[in-house]
Amino acid sequence: MDDIKYTTHTQPVNRYDSDKDYGTPKKLSEKLVKLNIDGVEITVPEGTSIMHAAQLCGVTVPKLCATDSLEPFGSCRLCLVEIEGRRGYPASCTTPVAEGIQVRTQTSKLADVRRGVMELYISDHPLDCLTCAANGDCELQDMAGAVGLREVRYGYDGENHLKSTKDESNPYFTFDPSKCIVCSRCVRACEETQGTFALTIEGRGFGSKVSAGNKDFLESECVSCGACVQACPTATLMEKTVIEAGTPEHKITTTCAYCGVGCSFDAEMKGEEVVRMTPNKDGGANHGHSCVKGRFAWGYATHQDRITTPMIRKSIHDEWQVVSWDEAINYAASEIKRIETKYGKEAMGGITSSRCTNEEVYVTQKLVRAVFGTNNVDTCARVCHSPTGYGLKQTLGESAGTQTFDSVMQSDVIMIIGANPTDGHPVFASLMKRRLREGAKLIIADPRAIDLVENSPHVRADYHLNLRPGTNVALISALAHVVVTEGLVKEDFVRERCEWDSFVVWRDFVAKPENSPEALEATLGVKAEFVRNAARLFATGGNSAIYYGLGVTEHSQGSTTVMGIANLAMATGNVGREGVGVNPLRGQNNVQGSCDMGSMPHEYPGYRHVSDDATRTLFESAWGRPLSNDPGLRIPNMLDLAGEGKFKALYCVGEDIAQSDPNTQHVTHALENMECVIVQDLFLNETAMYAHVFFPGASFLEKNGTFTNAERRISPVRRVMAPKNGHGERGMEDWEITARLSKALGYEMRYSHACEIMDEIAALTPTFKGVSFKKLDELGSIQWPCDDANPTGTPTMHVDEFVRGKGRFFITQYVPTTEKVNAKYPLILTTGRILSQYNVGAQTRRTKNNVWHAEDLVEIHPHDAEDRGIKDGDWVGITSRAGETVLRATLTERVQPGVIYTTFHHPESGANVITTDNGDWATNCPEFKVTAVQVNRVHQLSDWQKDYQSFSEAQIAFTGKKSNKIIKQPA
Amino acid sequence: MQTEQLIKMANQVGDFFESYPDQVQAQQGIAEHLNRFWALAMRRQIAAHVKEANGVGLHAKVISAISSYLEVE
Repeated sequence: MDDIKYTTHTQPVNRYDSDKDYGTPKKLSEKLVKLNIDGVEITVPEGTSIMHAAQLCGVTVPKLCATDSLEPFGSCRLCLVEIEGRRGYPASCTTPVAEGIQVRTQTSKLADVRRGVMELYISDHPLDCLTCAANGDCELQDMAGAVGLREVRYGYDGENHLKSTKDESNPYFTFDPSKCIVCSRCVRACEETQGTFALTIEGRGFGSKVSAGNKDFLESECVSCGACVQACPTATLMEKTVIEAGTPEHKITTTCAYCGVGCSFDAEMKGEEVVRMTPNKDGGANHGHSCVKGRFAWGYATHQDRITTPMIRKSIHDEWQVVSWDEAINYAASEIKRIETKYGKEAMGGITSSRCTNEEVYVTQKLVRAVFGTNNVDTCARVCHSPTGYGLKQTLGESAGTQTFDSVMQSDVIMIIGANPTDGHPVFASLMKRRLREGAKLIIADPRAIDLVENSPHVRADYHLNLRPGTNVALISALAHVVVTEGLVKEDFVRERCEWDSFVVWRDFVAKPENSPEALEATLGVKAEFVRNAARLFATGGNSAIYYGLGVTEHSQGSTTVMGIANLAMATGNVGREGVGVNPLRGQNNVQGSCDMGSMPHEYPGYRHVSDDATRTLFESAWGRPLSNDPGLRIPNMLDLAGEGKFKALYCVGEDIAQSDPNTQHVTHALENMECVIVQDLFLNETAMYAHVFFPGASFLEKNGTFTNAERRISPVRRVMAPKNGHGERGMEDWEITARLSKALGYEMRYSHACEIMDEIAALTPTFKGVSFKKLDELGSIQWPCDDANPTGTPTMHVDEFVRGKGRFFITQYVPTTEKVNAKYPLILTTGRILSQYNVGAQTRRTKNNVWHAEDLVEIHPHDAEDRGIKDGDWVGITSRAGETVLRATLTERVQPGVIYTTFHHPESGANVITTDNGDWATNCPEFKVTAVQVNRVHQLSDWQKDYQSFSEAQIAFTGKKSNKIIKQPA
Repeated sequence: MQTEQLIKMANQVGDFFESYPDQVQAQQGIAEHLNRFWALAMRRQIAAHVKEANGVGLHAKVISAISSYLEVE
């Protein structure tokens, strides 16, 4: 929470203390109110509760049903106070402050009432405090002590709930109704914080109980975000890890290693063992909320599949040899030198990952540029958000989203294009849903009916533009056509802030009749009137914000759509303040950061082109090595060349191209043709099966560094345990491994801690100039740009002017993809992700999240299924121009006829065996979202899957580990 | 790299600039894109294809862009 201006006469209160529970949420108001609580005068914003004001004075009012993440409810009657001149005993949680009132929180009458309330609670509560999992961490226990409860006059023999059955269906927490005090905090957390409404209070009076819709938790609508567990004041909802291990003894604040929301968590520890991860109230991105992945799915870090020893081998058909770190590093270095001598430095390169910290990415690109001597370094953003970097740089001047997540609370119209926030970015989605429940309008452009269309309680899209996959540019042009031809352009904004000439060219282009919604109706498959109304709403509805995801970028015209989005935002004046903006939702935790850190082959950290002499000179003098001024190879270029035998050595850090990149067989063919593939990872991932050197990496719990989320927020990753990859030596953080390889190649990187890498980044990158670990410790997180003008960072970008000066419009000609449906491949396959699994699944598949999603299914519309005699649960073969795979079908009207959908979380699914190497014109980002396919009922796995099964089993056996893969297959 | 792949990619770049009213600007835009994002070897290969095989398979605008503005040094 922010600094506040409250004052008391006895002590200054300058900051919120996140360890304190203020009972009710902070209120913001210009109007201040002065009151007196237990003799202390305090001035607070109007609307603040008496409970909250008391806590600011340092006075704690007893409470059970109140907590500061939830609106007050007033049910427990423990927080009653006396107000001079008023009758009765109002609840301090639901009573707002008033000018001049005198409040007393402790009187003998209040003590009596509170003791009476507690007596009733305890008369129906098990007295097993000493053996209870919440012992020492229970608000009921605390309150019994606080009110001085000494006896329960009613006895314990009456009717009670003590024999209620425990619900242990959720893999991560238990629900023990015998310990429930029906305070409704869980129910309210599910509603207010998460927005799922899975829980309710069933029954009345004594029979009231918390219910997950009359089902067990696992079968219910519950998404296992943990908000209810976090809110529960007793042991009713309790993490299983705490039940097993006991209460943690210390905590360290760090950042989640899953999606681009970048939630701040407290790793609650016992020694070097994580007991639980709890969302941090101070987290700038999550404000104390979490999802099932960050909150619970961290067990992969100690999973038995983890490889903790360096390994080498001559050929991918050999068994792995476990070797010392020295031997592995020296072998890798000698291979790199050999290949350089034999094939030249252009035959070598590196790939970084969005799963790496900024510091790791930085040293990896430094190694490739300064030591390998080539710009052949790329990152997995190539296959997700590279069009964002390109498109936003061109139009607005910076390759990043324009807002904070909190900005959505000021939005009146929210347009989501090709993103599924409730699955992909769940914690941000909860915030967005909160705003939508407050009345913001919603426009969704997506071929598929995502949950926000009409499957989220109290949220419904005003317009669902269910366009045909691959027609985003046509849609953006049609929306722009309406804005321009109906006089909805904010001309003042455009004249003042944008390049007028570029606007005129764009305006004349989109105004052409062929860009009208009517002309494009058949192309889009969306009624023209619908598009017109959506455009009118967007242009005239107040603050309009666009949120988009990979459904925009992963197309042959991904970059064009990004530019079109920026055009639309500029034309309607929706950039440069709270509530508006262009917001790419990044898939992985550090997509933004890995791009910021210069992982792209054409640019240095801070998005400066390699041909820029001043920048190159700066890096040459800092690094003491000559650098190339020529853009290097992108991942698809590397793979194409490798397939032809012209690219031979790859250092791949934290990335799994053999699963995540398109046209798997093309990728594995390329890998097979390389002579030295070095993989640095936690697990023997799919790429590592083609590797010659394996460096065991450190999990996010084992290292220091920073991640940068989708709102440019740099957050600290802190080491809570020693790296497990020591193999007889001191364990190494990943940047140390890279530095050691560099030293073996004759170039020493002299860092003693990750913070020194950030210091170097700050010294060489203007947008990071003011960033340091020390400042991150002080501020919690920093949104770049952070420089002399913005020493604490920049929440909203382009406020007075665009980073490039004037915003630039680009015309966006719709060019249909060459990936066309025909009689042989009549359907379009589009891919995505789901809540419980993450990306290639390397982490989440090694957790209990599999109970929600044990296999990838293919969604087929009932009409298409009927035509092909496919029933729900049937095995179907999916064939494209690139390959074939077999998955089980699920029939649903979420997809439109002619479109099928699947996820890519399990390698054996082979989703990318069928995707093609078609890509974005500007960035080569693969066209994952459009593949022409046919589906048929089948009775066996595809040839690729059979080969994969035997190959992967052999590869796992080469490590000496046992394969625990269970590949489901047709009976 | 296979020339077919480069032709496909270059034509895609050309498509983006298809609707530019100013032809010179469009050609410069195409070439600038290749200069900034394509590795030197790829640029040389496509330039050689234009020179030696008349750029067969490439759109006319792309051929002009490559001939006039592509940097291959």
